[in-house]
Amino acid sequence: MSPPSDMRAEIEAAAARYPDRRSAIMPALLIAQRLHGHLPGQVLEEVADILGVERIWVYELATFYTLFHTEPVGRYHLQLCDNVSCMLCGSEALLAHIETVLGIGKGETTADGLFTLSTVECLGACEMAPVMQVGDDYHGALDIARLDALLTRLRAEAGAAAGATEMAGE
Amino acid sequence: MFEPVLLKNLDRPDAHRLAAYEATGGYRGLARALKEHTPDEVIGIVKAANLRGRGGAGFPTGMKWGFVPKAPGRPKYLCCNADEGEPGTFKDRIIMERDPHQLIEGMAISAYAIGAATAYVYIRGEYVKAIRTLGAAIGEARDKGYLGQNILGSGFDFEMHIHEGAGAYICGEETAMLDSLEGKRAQPRLKPPFPAVEGLYASPTVVNNVETLACVPHILTRGDDWFRDIGPEKSPGPKLYCLSGQVRKPGLYELPMGISLGELVEEHAGGPLSGRRIKAVIPGGVSAPVIPAEGLGVAMDFDSLAAAGSMLGSAGVIVIDDSTCMVKVATRIIEFFHHESCGKCTPCREGLNWVVKVLRRIEAGRGAPDDLDQLRDLCKGIFGNTFCALGDGAAMGLRAALEHYGDEFAAHIDRQKCPFH
Repeated sequence: MSPPSDMRAEIEAAAARYPDRRSAIMPALLIAQRLHGHLPGQVLEEVADILGVERIWVYELATFYTLFHTEPVGRYHLQLCDNVSCMLCGSEALLAHIETVLGIGKGETTADGLFTLSTVECLGACEMAPVMQVGDDYHGALDIARLDALLTRLRAEAGAAAGATEMAGE
Repeated sequence: MFEPVLLKNLDRPDAHRLAAYEATGGYRGLARALKEHTPDEVIGIVKAANLRGRGGAGFPTGMKWGFVPKAPGRPKYLCCNADEGEPGTFKDRIIMERDPHQLIEGMAISAYAIGAATAYVYIRGEYVKAIRTLGAAIGEARDKGYLGQNILGSGFDFEMHIHEGAGAYICGEETAMLDSLEGKRAQPRLKPPFPAVEGLYASPTVVNNVETLACVPHILTRGDDWFRDIGPEKSPGPKLYCLSGQVRKPGLYELPMGISLGELVEEHAGGPLSGRRIKAVIPGGVSAPVIPAEGLGVAMDFDSLAAAGSMLGSAGVIVIDDSTCMVKVATRIIEFFHHESCGKCTPCREGLNWVVKVLRRIEAGRGAPDDLDQLRDLCKGIFGNTFCALGDGAAMGLRAALEHYGDEFAAHIDRQKCPFH
């Protein structure tokens, strides 16, 4: 896998913000993960080489922080908060519903690669509990109906994207 | 009559834009600091206002700034802790998403006071919208000359950068956040040396919370006596309270420091849900020991809550009603602390693992008769013996739950089932 051409440039721009290149490992991993979807060993080595830092420094961060994924995740990563405020507002029922509807448990991905399910600690949006993060977006004040509507919309979005790719390929 | 300042622009559609911020007096505090005051005078004003840190510890902000050595030498740094991970807390996210220039102006004033030319805002990576909004606001401020070289013709140079976190509650601890900024695993450092002497890159560093810094421009424009006159003398100022859980109107409320917890929950947040009674309130994020309904008369300020055996913390107020099992709440809280333990010290890493196992079996109806003594012993082994406050917070919270709701724990063990299921 060759790194996308702009990964090096983006990482260098991040590194310029710090007096020490080691500080740029975290931003570099975020950049790499956005481009690759997750952080396999080869990408970690690439990041270490670009920054000129010890590989172990990169590995230890990739495995310490919860937002870094060394294994592939689905196209939509359903990150349901189950901390106290969300639990008090019904997150358990939402989790059970997702598990039933998608047929996966926590930490698993659907066979079509569309959804990965995780529970996460407080997302810092308790005023709209229960909350789930999917990609960059927060979805708050969820109930079963809103959750179903969201899953339907994400499926349709993925279907439309797949359709567009097929059309482009013809 | 209390007049909100931190959230005053929240309803304006473009509150996050520079033009809207300037239209309501924005950046006048920075202009005043740079043109009318020396850095020491700015520190003096913040000290006189008696602003105390809104991240949870309540340490006097001006005093913290005053600890930074004056002598030239190593560069000085300002860091804003925007990792906001304390469950039940969302105030810093809303400031950054909705009115980010308050934070930028507060940071510029703070940097001028302590002699820092560079600042980092450490924002948790989940806060994508806040990161984008604050990033755009920093760009606007730079274009207008509020950041960069020779700010407002004063000769003061200052630049700030966003550093995205990647998921670690422990970054709320300032030295763990500094290690994270240096590209290491977030684990707390031994103190002393304190960051003011040896912080980021072993240089003098001030770490302040978002809300703390957002108060600073208002203190400069309205005066230290304005700030000091709001709320209790020893813990003054406007305060953001995050209301969540089983309450009618969850949300962010700006009210004076020292308002009673009962007034906050019953009058402002609308009280319990229909047909329910309030059973308990966690007043300052899950690190703060729970307060039973009988104790809601307590004033929401650092000293009053400490005297009541709890703490103001991050002012993340979580309301729990009579339909909820306290063993379940306690279990979920300890599971959180166990998950977020950085692993550096044994009492926290191993002790919380043990506590989680005991709590889970009690909640599942498999508790043993001596489990409550076991839990109290574990709390004793953790509290005061951990490297940082994470373990202390976990033990304090569990102790309070056992003290106030011991009957519920005992009922689980006696009946070998959760009475709420």
